[in-house]
Amino acid sequence: MIGLSLNCEFVQQILTGFITNEVRKTGFSRVVVGLSGGVDSALSAYLGAEALGAENVLALLMPYRTSSPESREHAELVVKRLRIQSDVIEITPMVDAYFERFPESDQVRRGNKMARERMTILFDHSAKLKALVLGTSNKTELLLGYGTLYGDMASAINPLGDLYKTQIRHLARHMGIPEVIVGKAPSGDLWVGQTDEAELGFTYEEVDRVLYLMVDRRYDIPDLIAAGFDERFVRAVLAKVQASQYKRRLPLIAKISARTIDRDFRYPRDWGK
Amino acid sequence: MSRYTIALAQINPALGDLERNLALHEKTAEEAIVRGASLVIFPELSLTGYFLKDIVSSVAFPLTSSILDRLRNLSRRIDLVIGLVEESPEHLFYNTALYLSMGEIRHVHRKVYLPTYGIFDEQRYLAEGGQIRTFRAKVGRSAILICEDMWHPSAVFVASLDGMKILISPSASPGRGGLEEGKSFANARAWETINRAYAQLFTCYVLYANRVGYEDGACFWGGSEVIAPSGEPVAKAEYLSEQILVAEIDPAEVRRARMLNPLVRDERLDVTLRELERVRREGAR
Repeated sequence: MIGLSLNCEFVQQILTGFITNEVRKTGFSRVVVGLSGGVDSALSAYLGAEALGAENVLALLMPYRTSSPESREHAELVVKRLRIQSDVIEITPMVDAYFERFPESDQVRRGNKMARERMTILFDHSAKLKALVLGTSNKTELLLGYGTLYGDMASAINPLGDLYKTQIRHLARHMGIPEVIVGKAPSGDLWVGQTDEAELGFTYEEVDRVLYLMVDRRYDIPDLIAAGFDERFVRAVLAKVQASQYKRRLPLIAKISARTIDRDFRYPRDWGK
Repeated sequence: MSRYTIALAQINPALGDLERNLALHEKTAEEAIVRGASLVIFPELSLTGYFLKDIVSSVAFPLTSSILDRLRNLSRRIDLVIGLVEESPEHLFYNTALYLSMGEIRHVHRKVYLPTYGIFDEQRYLAEGGQIRTFRAKVGRSAILICEDMWHPSAVFVASLDGMKILISPSASPGRGGLEEGKSFANARAWETINRAYAQLFTCYVLYANRVGYEDGACFWGGSEVIAPSGEPVAKAEYLSEQILVAEIDPAEVRRARMLNPLVRDERLDVTLRELERVRREGAR
């Protein structure tokens, strides 16, 4: 049995402690989070508000003209429930201005550009408000590389990065996030009608079970096949994890000196905090 | 035999900040004194924090350093177990715990088993200790084993044969796994099992002081505990929150446990040594 259930009470305590501790250590007391209307960013906002108080969380809604109105409604619902500050910043003008020069661009380029546009807005607000950008990428997305490097994958601290999508849903329900948000089909909302699961070709429930056994429990491919998983599916998942490894690391640095950043110059992120 | 009040200092040290941590030690020890404790045990690397990486050499100091003066002075009023990075005369760095009493260092334990797997990287930065010794503490003959040392029953076995009645274990254990199944981290549950098992198997007290707080996203889970020689928990700190756990220990409990269950008496050192020699000769594994 691979239920991927979660001791929600305890995990909530760990994650709120993580936010409080890591935010204060840097001398900040606020966070800024981009709300998409989906469950991941909703959960980050809920955890941030629980950890730091509603007055210390700023939510930014950054729709593009093709973004679904439902996403906007759901993001506004989170703002209303949490009573957090929010602002709406349309990204249509800047994204469209850019693609006027590249009208042939496909959906992937456009989606990536939107994600990176949002990132620059979040980090601008980080500087403006002395607020850390709270991450919203979950473990499933990070492992599959299903995110935009320097876009939605960018943040200062990420409370969700060690929770699979299935576990995100458990915790979201536990924290009282409205079912219209938790229960809907996950979507990057990058083009009309897009859903993650249609694009990936499998459901989060399926892939989370494989990833959990592969990553957390160190099952090899033969172990996974013996556990009843389809070989092609398992190999496809592993291929995605391998292909996206670069997204989970700093850019490669050509080694020249005696001490190279992150190779033999190794300090904790919390150095001097 | 008199009873002793001891305190386990479940603190959150600042990474790489000796001055702040010294102040935290003093404040914590003062509170332990007010609460009647005659011994306070701080977690592993309590003066420096745990995931130091290349900071190791900047926070290391020799045991003759004046940095220890304040704590030496404090130890005239309460015995202390503290954790630090010790720099040896050869400029090797050790993950060390000290027992301070009456203004002096009474015992030095250098961590023997340095974990280098998973999230751990101690052998990259630190030198291995080579001794497991008991010493006379106010509360009775004691041994200090730091964190990973406890995962090697041979270390506890040696201490037991060396006269250990009190097993002091300072720890900096980051929580890992198991939250899809249980009420606490998988490794926390494992710790609780081994603490009880050692208390029972070696008929000794186990004083387990774990820290709390976060370093680079890793969460130290706390849950410090005192286990009686019967294997029964005497006191248990909360998970995740700072706390000074005060408990009473009674050396007569060790005596009673050993009368009921004379495991220490019946140990066969000659058989053990002979068989160990044989295994070594024939090649282990």
